[in-house]
Amino acid sequence: MSLDRSDVEQIAHLARLQIDAADIDSYSQALNSILNLVDQMQATNTEGVEPLAHPLDAVQRLRADEVSETNQREALQAVAPATENGLFLVPKVIE
Amino acid sequence: MEWEVVIGLEIHVQLSTKTKIFSGASTAFGAEPNTQACAVDLALPGTLPVFNENALRMAVLFGLAVNAEIGKRSVFERKNYFYPDLPKGYQTTQLAEPIVGPGYIDIETDEGVQRRVGLHHAHLEEDAGKSLHEDFHGMSGIDLNRAGTPLVEIVSDPDMRSSKEAAAYARKVHAIVTTLGICDGNMAEGSMRCDCNVSIRPKGQEALGTRTELKNINSFRFIERAIDTEVARQIDLIEDGGTVVQETRLYDPDKNETRSMRSKEEANDYRYFPCPDLLPVVIDDDYIEAVRATLPELPDARRARFTSEYSLSEYDAGVLSAYRAQADYYEQVVKQCGDAKLAANWVMGELAKFLNQNDTDIKDSPVTADQLGGLLVRIKDNTISGNIAKKVFELMWSKGGSADEIIEAEGLKQVTDTGAIEKIVDDVIANADKQVEQYKAAEPDKRGKMLGFFMGQVMKATGGKANPGAVTGILKQKLDALCD
Repeated sequence: MSLDRSDVEQIAHLARLQIDAADIDSYSQALNSILNLVDQMQATNTEGVEPLAHPLDAVQRLRADEVSETNQREALQAVAPATENGLFLVPKVIE
Repeated sequence: MEWEVVIGLEIHVQLSTKTKIFSGASTAFGAEPNTQACAVDLALPGTLPVFNENALRMAVLFGLAVNAEIGKRSVFERKNYFYPDLPKGYQTTQLAEPIVGPGYIDIETDEGVQRRVGLHHAHLEEDAGKSLHEDFHGMSGIDLNRAGTPLVEIVSDPDMRSSKEAAAYARKVHAIVTTLGICDGNMAEGSMRCDCNVSIRPKGQEALGTRTELKNINSFRFIERAIDTEVARQIDLIEDGGTVVQETRLYDPDKNETRSMRSKEEANDYRYFPCPDLLPVVIDDDYIEAVRATLPELPDARRARFTSEYSLSEYDAGVLSAYRAQADYYEQVVKQCGDAKLAANWVMGELAKFLNQNDTDIKDSPVTADQLGGLLVRIKDNTISGNIAKKVFELMWSKGGSADEIIEAEGLKQVTDTGAIEKIVDDVIANADKQVEQYKAAEPDKRGKMLGFFMGQVMKATGGKANPGAVTGILKQKLDALCD
């Protein structure tokens, strides 16, 4: 598998990354060399090996369903660029 | 051409946990904006999720109620997309290894069509916040109180063949989750939301047609209307030589139309991968059996018991058992008045009418089950007639108070004194020469039907308070005496 310029542009768009058109070729090369490594790993025979979701050999701990958080709105919104009536304000998402 | 409709549903059920799926912030509905959104819900750097044990328990309980395989190992994954009401930039959800595997739900439509709908799987995930698009100086407002609320998404197989089956399935899911007590079932508040996948194919064809997804439908009525509207659109489109495009469409109940949604999902590439912040969730048989031991009586079982224990019709039993709060209410009324049929008629009749008219949930009914039971006792012991009882019920609903208090205060006690009734009957007969002649002229077996007029006059004269049984008897006796 190898990526061309349009793949790189699409990936950047999905990740909301602004990239310089002049850098696209070097990104393609870098990403393709990673994909080559993945291709090598894909070629390994993994028959009988369970898929691994997490590298740690441990299971998820659970939390009791008890409210432990208090209202910290003032402190949490102090770092927000814009708020009003307790709402975070963001650029309009639907015209 | 004859078309077959193929429908699959994805139902999002908000779990009624006290706290979020991955944080200790409250999930109570209706709080001031962002007062229940903690650092984890806001995805501030350095925060980590910790899984809520109650959300796990509820999901397993659901799986057991729908005959499903329970995933002894389930894995959370990240579904990546950008939207302001999703602070992390991904939704934590499950994909390859969900908590609930294949199962099934049996449904029956009002017309009696029965079907077993396959459950593809159900998975745990987190809800997003809410965007408010009214104008804040050209900006949108974001409330993240809902962000992180636990959801179970229930994905059916494409097994339904009409909008009515889809609505029956959704009602059944609603009945199950409310009976289990894992969701409050309040669709108006978004506690249960439905996406419908709809396609059509020529009858007899095996291959599925291209489907569209109708988003976020929040009432059973709208499920039917949205699907019917979309099916009509697809048929028109294909019969005019067009093709259905796979897309997400929004149902507009005001215009009764579906329209294409452009916005956020144009790039439908979510780049799922296992969430490194959460370890696999592993449960064993002991855990599953402990949860199974807490399963309450499910709607199908309750329905069967209602027909056997209370001798209700299949239809009545189906309606009364469909919603746990209603089934509980009904059983309490029966306990109070000791008459299952009378209780069924009132809960599905007068009470349902008032609840509908006032858009009130039975849990918030101003007339309690004990009070309604008390009213029915007074019908049974002939203190009041069924008609007067409706008047009493209306007063109980609007002003409150017990049936006995209202009957007393309004002087509605039935006249059962035969002497008094006889006197009124005599008056009525004396002033109705024409009707008496007609009665005498009628064939004896037709006379019964002609009593209605006299009955009406007697009720008018007594303000409806005469005992109908006594009046009928006295009327028949006196009128028949005139015929000899």
